[in-house]
Amino acid sequence: MTENIGKVVSINGNLVSVEFEGNVSMNEICYVKVDNTALKSEVIRIRGKVAQIQVYEMTGGIKCGDEVQFTGDMLSAELGPGLLGQIYDGLQNPLPILAEQAGWFLERGNYADGLDANKKWEFTPTAKVGDTLRAGEYIGTVPEGPFTHKIFVPFYLNGSYTLKSIVEKGEYTVKETVAVIADERGKEIPVSLSFKWPVKRAVRCYSERLAPKETMETKVRLIDSFFPVAKGGTYCTPGPFGAGKTVLQHTTSKYADVDIVIIAACGERAGEVVETITEFPELTDPKTGHSLMERTIIICNTSSMPVASREASVYTAVTLAEYYRQMGLNVLLLADSTSRWAQALREMSGRLEEIPGEEAFPAYLESYIAAFYERAGYVRLPDGSTGSVTIGGTVSPAGGNFEEPVTQATLKVVGAFHGLSRERSDARKYPAIDPLISWSKYSSVIDTKKSDYCKKILHEGEEIDSMMKVIGEEGTTLADFITYLKEQMLDAVYLQQNSFDAVDANSGTDRQRYVTDKLIYILGSEYSLSNKEDARVFFNRMRQKFIDWNYTEFKTEAFNKVENELDAIYSEGGGTLTTSAELLLKDGE
Amino acid sequence: MNKVFNRIESIAGSVITVKATGVRYNELAQINTRFGKSLAQVNKIDGDTVSLQVFAGGQGVSTGDEVRFLGHDMRISFSDDLLGRIFNGSGEPIDNGPALHDNMTNIGGPSVNPTKRILANRMMRTNIPMIDMFNTLVVSQKLPIFSISGEPYNQLLARIAMQAEADVIVLGGMGLKYDDFLYFKDELSKGGALSKTVMFIHTASDPTVECMMIPDMALAVAEQFALQDKDVLVLLTDMTNFADSMKEVAITQEQVPSNRGYPGDLYSQLAARYEKAVDFANSGSVTVLAVTTMPGDDVTHPVPDNTGYITEGQYYLKGGRIEPFGSLSRLKQNVNGKTRKDHRALMDGMIRLYSAYKETVEKKNMGFAMSRWDEKLLKYGELFENKLMDLSVNLTLEQALDLGWQILAECFEKDETGIKTDLTDEFWPEQSGGQ
Repeated sequence: MTENIGKVVSINGNLVSVEFEGNVSMNEICYVKVDNTALKSEVIRIRGKVAQIQVYEMTGGIKCGDEVQFTGDMLSAELGPGLLGQIYDGLQNPLPILAEQAGWFLERGNYADGLDANKKWEFTPTAKVGDTLRAGEYIGTVPEGPFTHKIFVPFYLNGSYTLKSIVEKGEYTVKETVAVIADERGKEIPVSLSFKWPVKRAVRCYSERLAPKETMETKVRLIDSFFPVAKGGTYCTPGPFGAGKTVLQHTTSKYADVDIVIIAACGERAGEVVETITEFPELTDPKTGHSLMERTIIICNTSSMPVASREASVYTAVTLAEYYRQMGLNVLLLADSTSRWAQALREMSGRLEEIPGEEAFPAYLESYIAAFYERAGYVRLPDGSTGSVTIGGTVSPAGGNFEEPVTQATLKVVGAFHGLSRERSDARKYPAIDPLISWSKYSSVIDTKKSDYCKKILHEGEEIDSMMKVIGEEGTTLADFITYLKEQMLDAVYLQQNSFDAVDANSGTDRQRYVTDKLIYILGSEYSLSNKEDARVFFNRMRQKFIDWNYTEFKTEAFNKVENELDAIYSEGGGTLTTSAELLLKDGE
Repeated sequence: MNKVFNRIESIAGSVITVKATGVRYNELAQINTRFGKSLAQVNKIDGDTVSLQVFAGGQGVSTGDEVRFLGHDMRISFSDDLLGRIFNGSGEPIDNGPALHDNMTNIGGPSVNPTKRILANRMMRTNIPMIDMFNTLVVSQKLPIFSISGEPYNQLLARIAMQAEADVIVLGGMGLKYDDFLYFKDELSKGGALSKTVMFIHTASDPTVECMMIPDMALAVAEQFALQDKDVLVLLTDMTNFADSMKEVAITQEQVPSNRGYPGDLYSQLAARYEKAVDFANSGSVTVLAVTTMPGDDVTHPVPDNTGYITEGQYYLKGGRIEPFGSLSRLKQNVNGKTRKDHRALMDGMIRLYSAYKETVEKKNMGFAMSRWDEKLLKYGELFENKLMDLSVNLTLEQALDLGWQILAECFEKDETGIKTDLTDEFWPEQSGGQ
């Protein structure tokens, strides 16, 4: 800590100006001393001898002349074993510890270490004395829940180092020195199980960045089959309020096929976090058999918590994600909601009296959003293994209008767009992702030709539907009407999914492939139906049976039984497969 | 201790600046004008230039008036003596009762640690079927009532205040018409609920700055009662006026507006208030119902829009009824599974049929022929609207459910309702057949 002390000269909301002597760096952390507490703050602008700082707390009670202690450090996250299962605020303070210290309320100036300093970890050295090491290579491991947690040469060290000494296998705390490395000039540096990394800088200790190719299963049919997300990719979910953004992210956090999930509840409701905290410890992760909480980290800076730490929270979250990626793990970061983060930027920009851009968002909004999503990626690590960070962000556009700056800036940089619509959510369709506006650049779990075939039916059905609103059912031809019924069926049995049903909510890749083939078989057939009433009745039966099918466990007796019943209804309707569908189904084999 | 300054540098709207030193951010001051004393709060300090927003407004403030800094933030006395009392936006009594000075509590305190919250899981009964049955209010929920001017939202609030199962009611009125204030007072005393009610009232003719203090005072008091194991229901009307006052002050202080003139922190400001809704483990709770009028019936207006993102659902008040479609209580599934076993199925079934009725009405208006099924739906829709949706209907949840079955039985056969057979078998009323 430097002995650099400044004095407050002005206060405007959470923006405080400080006169200082000596040197101060941009984004440096400092503490404003008021009423026996010190309030954490960050330097966000320097003009001559005045630094403007954003205070991560309420600023009531500060007066001119109050002391400000500069630390010389940037806002950093503490990286080491013990992060998993934690519930942090935006500045990596563990909320349960704060509750022990302060009770019901988040008292300002009350901070705690991100990692438990007393807990001992079983360290197994893997590097040998004399080894040449670089930042991001590891010297040993500790077990953390279901994972092998690697202990790295700190990411901030440049150049190559020689391992001088390393401890025996044994139990150590995160702060104890477990190894000593020396740089090229022989200067020795102690290494412990943990180190700090400035959250606003991306971790780049990898050999190369690869294109995200492998699909990340979310078990949501509409996403995996039609608008997939790749491991290491990015996607966004904009939608008006009440369209189910948070519910969708919540299901994704439970079922996504990744090793670790980091949930950044950024400026949203506290009640939703409470739901996750209550539910996750009770659920089991099918991959590891451990509780779901052991693969989850929650960064929770809800809407009534100070706005400056809301801005920091997404960076803290992505830093933790990058850290676990370095161990060769697949990490999914879910940020809810990036609009609140953008609003935090807007609030500070307003106080700094910067020239406003569109809707008063700062001009650098786009580059900040791009830089954030670019921290996702699929990388090859120094030891040859691969790891990924996938980022999914919700966007809460004002008035549900996607033309606003945050949605537009996000759409420019993400690889998949899941647009939620008010109409679909009002019709109680879950997930309310609108298939007509959404898109994805990643590869689907099913054959692209098959997903295109289904999308074509959706478009055709939609056209007939809007035509029918004008000319009525009477004026529509039977053929068109059947196409419309097919679209309705596809929507009801495949796009929609019951998130409350354990079987239906968890629809794996094998099942999706199997079921789409059956679906294409049904949708790609012609039927001997003589009038619209018969057609309606037939498709209603078909639909009902298909939904029952969705509720049966894959490849069980019940599953086969319902499938046979489905086939029986198909035959009753006199179904014959069209050649185009036949070719399509053959093609896939 | 108290520093006095008597050189006011500038006066713009309700914001004044004085040259002063040693002043703390958010500190209160008292200013003596020719019209009497008023409170003022520090909202910006730049060197020795201190900006204050004057609660009574800038009218009549003279550059020579005396400003006395009080050395503390805005506070309010908290004790059981508050019950039955009425205060204004400066915390002064307006019911001719004595001022209270014991146990002063800060307003606008820190937020609750999320790990100390518990999952909302208790129903709050109101005996209004459209709430209890279709969009159940849950203890610790925060819900706005979206409405347009002219709708009977204050009548609805008054009824909820009298009928809701709450230990304490805190009513915050912002920009209330004086008539509405009298209406609340009369209704609550007639209904005998006044003795468990605290009112903070800002009427339309009161100064703007006081309007901004109302939610904080109401919620600070509610929070204190909740920590004393009370279930508190906070009723706020109208939050759009609150947002408009913030807009007014922000613009006067030359802040860059973001959307339709509202300040950029509108979301955070609203959230800071709504998030005070909480259920404390092993203690009391705060539930918030807040009227938000939508200018021009536009739900995308910044105030209802931001509110929708913060709250756990919304009630739409339209045409004197709580609309079943736009309205949503996001927490209802936490409680409606354990009320009566037919609750969920009946709720879903009746809403589904009502939506079919709406389609039929549309078809009818377009001149299409009505089938027998359509006739049934028309009959059903009318019964549903008159017997359940009407705001004057006052029934317990159980009575409302029974009535629901009655209505279905009057219009449909069992298997036309789409409700599971075991439920229709058990609950279908005997006496009336299908027709």
